[in-house]
Amino acid sequence: MAEQAQSGNDPETGLTSANALRFRADEPTDEPAVTLDSFDAQSNATAVRLEAGDDARALLPYLDRLALVEVDFPTFRDGRGYSAARVLREAGYRGELRAAGDVLVDQLLFMRRCGFDSFAPQSPINPAAAERALHRFPEAYQPAADGAVPIWRLRHG
Amino acid sequence: MYRYDHYDQAMVDARVAEFRDQCARRLSGELTEDQFKPLRLMNGLYLQLHAYMLRVAIPYGTLSGAQMRMLAQVARKYDRGYGHFTTRQNIQYNWIKLEDAGTILAELATVEMHAIQTSGNCIRNISSDQYAGAAADEVADPRVWAELIRQWSSFHPEFSYLPRKFKIAVIAANEDRAAMKLHDIGLQVVRNDAGELGCAVYVGGGMGRTPMVGPLIREFVGADALMTYLEACLRVYNRYGRRDNIYKARIKILVHDLGPDEYRRQVEEEFAQLRAAPGGGIDPPAAEWDRIAAHFAPPPFQASFADDEPDLADPDFRVWLSQNVQAHKQPGYAIATISLKPVGGIPGDASAEQMDLIADLAERLSFDEVRVTHAQNLVLPHVPKRELYALWQALDAAGLATSNLDLVSDIIACPGLDYCSLANARSIPVAQRIAERFADMDRQRDLGELKIKISGCINACGHHHAGHIGILGVDRKGVENYQLLLGGSGAEDASLGKITGPGFDEAGIVDAVERTVEAYRRLRADSSERFLDTYRRVGMQPFKEAIYG
Repeated sequence: MAEQAQSGNDPETGLTSANALRFRADEPTDEPAVTLDSFDAQSNATAVRLEAGDDARALLPYLDRLALVEVDFPTFRDGRGYSAARVLREAGYRGELRAAGDVLVDQLLFMRRCGFDSFAPQSPINPAAAERALHRFPEAYQPAADGAVPIWRLRHG
Repeated sequence: MYRYDHYDQAMVDARVAEFRDQCARRLSGELTEDQFKPLRLMNGLYLQLHAYMLRVAIPYGTLSGAQMRMLAQVARKYDRGYGHFTTRQNIQYNWIKLEDAGTILAELATVEMHAIQTSGNCIRNISSDQYAGAAADEVADPRVWAELIRQWSSFHPEFSYLPRKFKIAVIAANEDRAAMKLHDIGLQVVRNDAGELGCAVYVGGGMGRTPMVGPLIREFVGADALMTYLEACLRVYNRYGRRDNIYKARIKILVHDLGPDEYRRQVEEEFAQLRAAPGGGIDPPAAEWDRIAAHFAPPPFQASFADDEPDLADPDFRVWLSQNVQAHKQPGYAIATISLKPVGGIPGDASAEQMDLIADLAERLSFDEVRVTHAQNLVLPHVPKRELYALWQALDAAGLATSNLDLVSDIIACPGLDYCSLANARSIPVAQRIAERFADMDRQRDLGELKIKISGCINACGHHHAGHIGILGVDRKGVENYQLLLGGSGAEDASLGKITGPGFDEAGIVDAVERTVEAYRRLRADSSERFLDTYRRVGMQPFKEAIYG
C-alpha cells in the first residue's frame, strides 16, 4: 500500500484532485457505490456506500468481491464510521475504504488508523496540512487497523 | 508512581506542538471560534462565563511534589494565584488567557503533565482510589490498571468521537472511595478462585439528569484481556449509543434501554470477534503490566517505625488525628487527608502558596506523593506516624488543618453560576453558608459522617444524586431555587437520593438542611448510627415532616 497521498479524479463523485486524498496503489474503481439496501438486491455490485447508522457487519459475507466501501460522516462529531472501518478491516477486508462527508484535516490520522485509505471530504483539505496532521505523533499507544506498532511492543520487542 | 519514558514524553510533546499551532491559527484569525472549539476542547480548554478555563489531567489523582509545584506555578503566573481541584481528581484554572494556553501546556509537559482528553466526547481522565497503595483493604494497587487504561485510551483512534463523554474509575478494595458505580465504566480489581488478578466490570452508571447505578456486566476479566474487553464495551456504545439527543447519549441510556443482559450479550459477541481477529485482541503482554507495576512498588518504608505512635498532648491535634488520619497498611505509617474545605472557603480551592507547601510536605514526609480525592480534598498517603504532629503544625499554620473529613462541612460543590456557563444557580455560596451554619466542630463531630453534595444545574457535576444530603440548584422563573435530596451514596452501598418536595431559596435551603440534620439527631438509634443509615431505616416521611411540617 502506498504511504503517500495520491491525488486524482474520482469519476463517481466528480471530486477534483484538490479534494480527494487516496493512499492506495491500485486504480480506483469506476463503479458507482450503491446503498446497503440496494446492495442486497444487486448481487453483482462491487462498491457500496454505508450511512453512519448502517451495520458494517452486513457486508461481511461479501468482502471478497467488494472493491470499495464508502462510509459517510454526516458531521465530524459522528464517530460511528470509525467503528465501521475497524469492523471491516478486522474481518479481513482489503479493498478501498473511503471516508466521505464532513471529513476534516484533524480527523485524518484517526481515520487512517482505523483503516480508511481514501478520503472524499466535502471541503478540500490542503495536502500539506494533511501530511503534517498524519505525521504529528511519533508513535501510537494502541494497535488499530493501520499496522502501526503500539508503544508497548516497541518497549518489549 | 508512574514516570514517563521517552515514548510517553514524545507523545505529550507532540500534542503540545500541535496545540500551540492551533492556538496561533486561532489568534491570527485563520481559525474561527467554531473551527477552534473542537480542537481546544480536546485539550481541556473551555470558554466559560468570564474567561477560558483550563482543566489539567491528574491521572488517577496521583501527583509528585514537583508536579504540585508546577500546578502552583501555573496558578501564580497564569491565573489569579489559585486552582480548583475537581470531583474527577483534576485541577481547573478559571482565569486563563488564550495566548498563554500553549505555553502552559509546554510547562506542564516538563513535569509529565497535560490536559489531553480532559474534555470532549472521548475517554476522559481515569479516576481511582485516593488511598491506592496505602489502604489495608486493597487486593492490589489499582493504579497499575488505571495507567494501562490511560495509555490504551490516549489518542484512541476509534473512540475520540463517541456519542458523549466517557468516564472510567478503577478501585481495588471493597470500600469504594471513588464512586465507581456512578461511572460509565467502573472496574473493581479482584482475585478469582484461581487467585489470578482481574476486574469486575460495571457499565452504565452515571449522574447527570438521569442518574443510574451501573449494573455488573462481567464478574471477571483477566489481566491479559481487559483492554480487549474495554474495546468491546466501547465499540458497542460507539456504534449504538444515541446521537440524536445530547441528554440521552451517555452509555447509561444504552445499557438501560437494551437491558444489561442484551448489552452484555453484544459486548461478549464483539469481544469474541476482537479475540478472533489477527493478533488475538489488543492487550499488551504481561511484560508491560509488570513494567507499569514496578513503578507502583511500595516506597522504602522503615520497618523500625512499626511501634511509633504520635504524641497526643495537643487537643486540637487529637481532633485532626481522629478525623482526618486513616490507618495505613504499613505499621508505623498513616494516611493524612488535607481538607480543602475550611469554613467559609470555596470547596476544592487551593492557593499557590498552599500548593507549594503541600509539595514540600509530600517530598519530606510522604515519599513524594500527593493524591487528589473525588471529594475535592488532598491526601498525603504515606506519612510516618512520628511525623504526624509536625505535619499537622505545618498544615495548621497554612489554614490547611480543618478537621472535617466526611463531616457536614466537607461539602462537594461544583463551580456553579459563579463560573460555569451551564449553571442555573450558584453552588459555592450555598456550601459556604451551610459550612458556616455548622461551623462548631463539636456539633459536626456529634453528627458524624454526613456527606453534602451540591450541583448548580442538572448536569450534576457536584454529585448531588450521591449526597447523603444532596442539593440541586435550578432556575425557577429567573430566580435561583434549590431542591433538597436525601439518601444518596457514592460509596460501596451506592444509591441515588430522592427529592424531599418543593424547593427553597438560598436562605431557605440552609434552614432546610439544618432541620433535616436536627431531625436526624432525634431519629437516630444512637450516636453511632450514621445519617444515611437512619434515613434508610426510617424513610423519607419523618424527614419531610421536619422539613415542611
